[in-house]
Amino acid sequence: MTEEEIKKIEDLANEVRAETLKMICRADSGHPGGSLSIVDVLAVLYGFKLRHRPTEPKWPERDRFVLSKGHAAPALYATLALTGYFNRNLLATLRELGSSLQGHPDMNKTPGLDFSTGSLGQGLSVGCGMALAAQIDSRKYQTYVLVGDGELQEGQNWEALMFANQHKLNNLTLIVDDNGMQLEGPTENITDLGDIGEKMADFGWEVLEIDGHNLAQIEEAVEDAHGFAKPTAIIANTVKGKGISFIETANEYHGKPLSEDELLKSLKELKND
Amino acid sequence: MTEMKKQSPREAFGQTLLEIAEEEPRLIVLGGDLTKSTKVDLFAERYPERFFNAGIAEQNMIGAAAGLAASGKIPLAASFAVFITSRANEQVRAAVALPKLNVNLVGTHAGLSASQDGSSHQSVEDMALMRALPNMTVLAPADAHETKLATRAMIKHEGPIYMRLPRHEVTDVVGLSGKKEFVIGQGDQLMTGDDVTIIACGTMTAEAVVVAQELATQNIKADVLNMASIKPLDEKLLIESAQKTGKVVTIEDHTIIGGLGGAVAEALSRNHPTKLKSFGVNDVFGESGRTEDLYSARGLTAEKLAPEVLKFINK
Repeated sequence: MTEEEIKKIEDLANEVRAETLKMICRADSGHPGGSLSIVDVLAVLYGFKLRHRPTEPKWPERDRFVLSKGHAAPALYATLALTGYFNRNLLATLRELGSSLQGHPDMNKTPGLDFSTGSLGQGLSVGCGMALAAQIDSRKYQTYVLVGDGELQEGQNWEALMFANQHKLNNLTLIVDDNGMQLEGPTENITDLGDIGEKMADFGWEVLEIDGHNLAQIEEAVEDAHGFAKPTAIIANTVKGKGISFIETANEYHGKPLSEDELLKSLKELKND
Repeated sequence: MTEMKKQSPREAFGQTLLEIAEEEPRLIVLGGDLTKSTKVDLFAERYPERFFNAGIAEQNMIGAAAGLAASGKIPLAASFAVFITSRANEQVRAAVALPKLNVNLVGTHAGLSASQDGSSHQSVEDMALMRALPNMTVLAPADAHETKLATRAMIKHEGPIYMRLPRHEVTDVVGLSGKKEFVIGQGDQLMTGDDVTIIACGTMTAEAVVVAQELATQNIKADVLNMASIKPLDEKLLIESAQKTGKVVTIEDHTIIGGLGGAVAEALSRNHPTKLKSFGVNDVFGESGRTEDLYSARGLTAEKLAPEVLKFINK
């Protein structure tokens, strides 16, 4: 990416963070921490890498994106709005009765969502099906699945890892938002996943490890993932709550909305960046 | 009376899939190391490029099927009924029913029919589990012929759908041999009478007919309905019959909670409260046994059912 491109993605990410926090604060409900940790990955994908048509969300040749950690929906909604899928005014309706922006993603309600998620640990299996469909029809689209490290405690992920390897789904890219935290604390204190990259390599995947907040590294890894004969897992080391200092250091913001004061403080911090 | 043939509904399902495969290139089949048992091996052999063995991993199999459906394919996932509907229940709920995807689920060895394998492999609650899910259609065809028709209807149907099949061969049902098309939500009037309504599905329809024949020898005339479409249920047929007879009996190879008996009880109590007796598995798990021994032990043979139905009528 050129410096100019990086600046553009940085601006997008910054704006997505601001909108995400505003949405959650307004709804008085949602998950700030895990939303903020995936923003840079989303910005690179939707702002730069994905082959997609925001005005034609069902374009058959589009790259697919499945947000397996569905509770980070606000970040995805903000990204979709800011890249042209729908009017950003809609963001103010998050989690309200009758809104197209459900608490967790609903593919039948929100333009641009390729799948409905929320119950953790299921997105990679769905991504396998999408990648398989592309291979059956010799279609060129890439399928991306974003999982949280915590949800890798769900055994279904490991079934899917084996399936993808068995069927050589090299058109499938898994991105692990490895923020090291889950609702009730550090992942390693609850059910330690050990070396995720090593485990996935053992399951037959190509593995890349990156700083999940370094835009150039994200872009490069996503690009590299296309070139392998095997499916690729990108382990993105991230910080839960990334970008807002008091959220970064307090895991209680996993599922706690910001107060008005906290929101103002956060928006100020984002502007000063 | 001519002796009716016994045939395998599973075999009929597998054969029909083969026929449909030619006409419907979007059809993709997933198996879970039970390819032969579920009879999708016929499809797998003929169309290896459209068959995927997901291994002993039903949760992923259902998720992959959902991903295929979201990409324009018509996936069918087959396993034992218990593994499709119980093991992968939440995957069916979250990835199939909730997003209303066009995924076909087939559970074989349903009810007590896994017989000697015992209760871990039997599924006495699959219809209840699937019926409770919004957007889900539930079918339990009666014999091999109806299974062929139901398989076609299932693939044609857009949206989440579950079909249960028995392991064993089933006697062809007299009144179904002329059936030309399976219409989801439509039951069949197999026999006509004013004294009692007998409603059955799956393997119990053949038994219901024999029960009615037995009652006829005692001059009791039964309305016999085959309700292979458990959800949606043919409430019109049910209520018209209940209005006529005033007494309803349901027979199913399933717990009497939440399956055919449950669906009929709900529909009757809402529309036309009627005396009802439900025969099935009485809120217990199964156990190992030869098919005929097990069904007999659970009272689910015509021989055991007929006197019980008679008792109910004369009460």
